[in-house]
Amino acid sequence: MSAKIKRQMLFIFCGGGKILDSLLEIDNLRTQFFTSGGTVMAVDGVSYDVQEGETVAVVGESGCGKSVTALSIMRLIPDPPGKTVGGRIRFMGKDLLSLDDESMRQIRGRNIAMVFQEPMTSLNPVLTIGRQISETLETHLGISEEEQQKRAEELLDMVGIADGKRRLKQYPHHLSGGMRQRVMIALALACEPKLIIADEPTTALDVTIQAQILELMKDLTHRLGVALIVITHNLGVVARYANKVNVMYAGKIVEKGTAHQVYYNPRHPYTLGLLSSVPRMDQARGQKLVPIFGQPPDLTRLGVECAFRPRCRFAIDRCSREIPPLENFADGQQAACWRMHEIDDLKKETL
Amino acid sequence: MGELRTTVEVRKAAELAEAEDIESTSRFTLKKAFALMHRQPLGTAGLFIVLFMILMAIFANYISPYNPVENDFMSMGAAPNGEHWFGTDQFGRDLLTRIIYGARTALFVGFSSAFIGATIGLVLGVTSAYFGGYFDLLFQRVMDIFMAFPLIIMALAVVTALGPGTVNVIIAITIPFVSRCARVVRSSALAIREIPYVDAARALGFGHNRIVLRHMVPNVMAPYLIMITSFLGQAILLEASLSYLGLGVQEPTPAWGLMLQGGAEEYAESAPWIAIFPGLAISLAVFGFNLFGDALRDVLDPKLRSR
Repeated sequence: MSAKIKRQMLFIFCGGGKILDSLLEIDNLRTQFFTSGGTVMAVDGVSYDVQEGETVAVVGESGCGKSVTALSIMRLIPDPPGKTVGGRIRFMGKDLLSLDDESMRQIRGRNIAMVFQEPMTSLNPVLTIGRQISETLETHLGISEEEQQKRAEELLDMVGIADGKRRLKQYPHHLSGGMRQRVMIALALACEPKLIIADEPTTALDVTIQAQILELMKDLTHRLGVALIVITHNLGVVARYANKVNVMYAGKIVEKGTAHQVYYNPRHPYTLGLLSSVPRMDQARGQKLVPIFGQPPDLTRLGVECAFRPRCRFAIDRCSREIPPLENFADGQQAACWRMHEIDDLKKETL
Repeated sequence: MGELRTTVEVRKAAELAEAEDIESTSRFTLKKAFALMHRQPLGTAGLFIVLFMILMAIFANYISPYNPVENDFMSMGAAPNGEHWFGTDQFGRDLLTRIIYGARTALFVGFSSAFIGATIGLVLGVTSAYFGGYFDLLFQRVMDIFMAFPLIIMALAVVTALGPGTVNVIIAITIPFVSRCARVVRSSALAIREIPYVDAARALGFGHNRIVLRHMVPNVMAPYLIMITSFLGQAILLEASLSYLGLGVQEPTPAWGLMLQGGAEEYAESAPWIAIFPGLAISLAVFGFNLFGDALRDVLDPKLRSR
């Protein structure tokens, strides 16, 4: 009880004003993998909130813990070797990490759904599209077969697949990649969940199809009021579709804020690096792209230094002695860098 | 606008044509069956032997000329002749009739033990691969223990413990098959486990039973069917061996192994047909099942060929 009051007071003090429970609250989540090579700190103290109907992007390069965070929310981390060792995940007022398996199973697909990266392999090749959709409806809603059929057709129509009746009888190999991802979205939406986690939903698709799928997801989540966590390494996706952005590096969130803040006023050298390594429409032509040099660190050997220090252009002595905490910069924007206030000047110097 | 509409129409038409094409390729036609037979002549021969045996077993009471358990003391140990094509045994029973009826025993024992053994192995193997971790490790070591015994020794041990009889023979043959099938199916299921649709199924909130039985099992049907056919031949051979050793099917039930045992040794010189014809029946049956099984393996899973 007192914890709740504390949280509400924090809201007020932080200028939030609204006393609202978030749909999803991740608090200091820590997930590790115990391997023969050492303990991999895949997710190391990640916290973020998702409000109802909101789109939150999680960006970062491969292996930074984006997907592991998502799988931790779903409690689908393979154990052994993985284990969520600390933190709290609250979803609709329930502590997901302390739920028993059966209650967790009922939340998956019903309240939280997931769209995976590879539409080519995320559908079972031996079951028809219709079977896979109606199976989900049967498991969670327990509706009659006719209703399942009707709802399945409705869902295909919703995700823009024409001639649903015939499509339902087809197998995944009859469909193109884009269509399969549409089916995956239909599957995710089947039970009208509160939250959809999309793990790099467009990475495996053609560029033209990517835009279609993203538009579809934006449109549907908007219309149905579903919150969306998009895991991606495509900053264009972030700028266009997300309300809030969390930038992850080496298992930690290094910067968070609204999409606008992060895109136009990055505070962390890593975010800056990401942004200057891709071409942007709002910059002069002929501008050089600056890559981030080096490799991401070995997650089994994180020391007491800032994990980004070896690759950072602006590193100072302090960076190798103390890990910078995530601190407020502006309203809603936070970054974990000792020099986040100087970054504008530093940027000018180096360019 | 008009142009746009036509492109849309063209695309629709192309999609429909594609869909029809897909539907026609997935249909099984007689023409395709013949083409397949042409490519697998040995397998086709095996299939015909198997079909011939099955028909023989089903219609045994219509096609066999005599009663399989009726003794005819007037023509004991008769050589093959016009009345008794394969001759008679030491009790005057018609060998052809007994071989035809023996197909029933062989197929019954063969099919039931291969099917039960492979199916239990299928479910256990997939379950083991699905859960992984310590469960898988422990389970595989138990399977190793079963695999350590040669097939015939294992079956002998079981039948010695349970006593002879048709049902016990089936149990004895089933048990060693379980571990063999579980091992092979597990290796396929391990690969399936890594494909995202299994995790996707979990993310949709399906229970373990549903994922194992409805999502993973159908995807390992190829090795399962191959195992069944290869078990069929082995099972027939095992049943014959056990019966020959007196541990299997008991007299007077007609069974090929039993016919070899009966008086075959004593009469090997004076009436060799008593041993030759049941022996041929066993060889032909095993040969047929193996040919068919090999062809099935080539068709279903070309990757397994080199093993």
